[in-house]
Amino acid sequence: MNPQSRLRRRLGRIEETAFLFLMRLALISVVMILGWILATLLIKGMPVLSWELISQPPQGGYYLGGKGGILNAILGSLYLAAGGTLLALIAGLPVVFYLTTYLHQKTRRAALIRLALDVLWGIPSIVYGVFGFLIMLSLGLRTSLLAGIITLAFLELPILIRGMDEFIRTTPEELVQSSLAVGATPLETTLKVISRQTLPGLITAVLLAFGRGIGDAASVLFTAGYTDHLPTSLFEPAASLPLAVFFQLGTPFPAVQQRAYASALVLTIIILVLSFISRWLISRFNKYLVR
Amino acid sequence: MNTAAGWAKRPESRTGVRKQRNRIARRLFSISAGFIFLVLFAIVTMLVQRSLPLWQKVSLPDFLTGRVWKPDQGLFGLLPFILGTFWTTGLGIAFALPLSLFSAIYLAEYARPLTRTVIKPVLDILAGIPSVIYGMWGVLVVVPVVQTTVAPLFSRAFPGIGLFQSSNPTGFSILSAGIVLAIMIAPILIAIMYEILLAVPVGLREASMAVGASRWQTIRYVVLPKATSGLIATLILGTSRALGETMAVLMVVGNVAALPRSLFDPAYPIPALIANNYGEMMSIPLYDSALMAAALFLLLIVLSFNILSSLALRRMLQ
Repeated sequence: MNPQSRLRRRLGRIEETAFLFLMRLALISVVMILGWILATLLIKGMPVLSWELISQPPQGGYYLGGKGGILNAILGSLYLAAGGTLLALIAGLPVVFYLTTYLHQKTRRAALIRLALDVLWGIPSIVYGVFGFLIMLSLGLRTSLLAGIITLAFLELPILIRGMDEFIRTTPEELVQSSLAVGATPLETTLKVISRQTLPGLITAVLLAFGRGIGDAASVLFTAGYTDHLPTSLFEPAASLPLAVFFQLGTPFPAVQQRAYASALVLTIIILVLSFISRWLISRFNKYLVR
Repeated sequence: MNTAAGWAKRPESRTGVRKQRNRIARRLFSISAGFIFLVLFAIVTMLVQRSLPLWQKVSLPDFLTGRVWKPDQGLFGLLPFILGTFWTTGLGIAFALPLSLFSAIYLAEYARPLTRTVIKPVLDILAGIPSVIYGMWGVLVVVPVVQTTVAPLFSRAFPGIGLFQSSNPTGFSILSAGIVLAIMIAPILIAIMYEILLAVPVGLREASMAVGASRWQTIRYVVLPKATSGLIATLILGTSRALGETMAVLMVVGNVAALPRSLFDPAYPIPALIANNYGEMMSIPLYDSALMAAALFLLLIVLSFNILSSLALRRMLQ
């Protein structure tokens, strides 16, 4: 081997080592950033988190450091996300069934619907907020729990449908064909065979959409408003955790800012629990799938 | 005879009912699918309609290139906000690209199965963290670091370059927003880039290795060229996500409506403008119309980016 090609080979090896180092560095920093974010939340939020904070609504002078908690925001967020997810399910399930039952994978119409859903998914939540605000005005509503729920339903709709659609597409073609071959109609195949086969996946999609809804601030800012009262009516404003974090962080009082950290911790715990449940569901039910 | 006819008849009529049920369901489901297009259409139409009053007072070029935003004097110049959006997004993408690309290549080409199973949930969780949390983390961690360390360091290290000069005493800046944005879109970029790289046929890699190329040479001369268009589509998708990001950016960017000159200047992106002013927009004439026009402008850019990247990615991943 001549010295020139030996040199070239050595340079190549150095190049690979250098890039491998950069790649590992990039991946490790991604993991470390997650750790950093969680650690910041824990360190800042944990000392302030108390039973009083999560079991009471704000009392008088709360935003100056007075007594009370963020129960209004916790309940408001749960109602908003649950309502939004329910509405999105009602509007979305038929679309999911249409995509998976009646349109064969590769038809033009299916591709067009999926494209529209992907485009909807990409629309910023602030635009959904504006859209929900305009709908609210045209329905004659004020900022209210209902308006927030409607807005979140629009935001969650594409996430829900595409999530379910992706799971249902993993159904083996043979299973569908066998069901049709013994005389089941496409509708029966979807309702009794596919939905049973993919149930954990469908629930995961619902949890994903719920998680997106509960964490979104920009869309409920216009539509659900904010209040210190516990949500009791669909037509009253409702508080939410993301906005609780945002507003409390914006006050000049350290005591109130610390409650923002605790609120953020509560919100993150809810999101993490949702994520663990869906992970568990998938691994638990994977065993019973027909492959 | 009678019973036999009854036997023959019953399943047939039940089949009839079942088939009819199937047909009705098909009709209903297809109508509901139309709802998707209706939503898309309604969002665009409502914004167009609401922004109409503005055009009678302000021309489109004036709106897009005007430098002064004073709603109470009827001045609606969106340029500072457009620039704020593009600076923060551009910086976010510039930070996220190497981070995501290197991570995705490692995951697709080098990582052991164990590494992949560990990384997957990390990416999922990062992608699921609400943007207020990123914003708060930015306020607590990124902004102070930029204020006390990065800004003074760059000002001293690059004295002649305006881009690196800081006249901003706080850390609320384009740089902070760019860093936070990069961290937010990186998990999405990594996940899609990983899929793109996996979609490159294994046979190509084997052929390249068979003629004596090393693993890195195979990546550089075979895999990456094959995946380039998909990676660009991913980047466009990430850009559209960053363009519309509201709360996290709003919390760390400073919200000052001026033309930014340096990375350490505050800025005021369009989503932040909308989020901060919805309260008073009804009390000043044309203000709501101008905000809707700003939202429309943002929406049209995001929509076109989305359509472009969705079409390209779909072709790439099939």
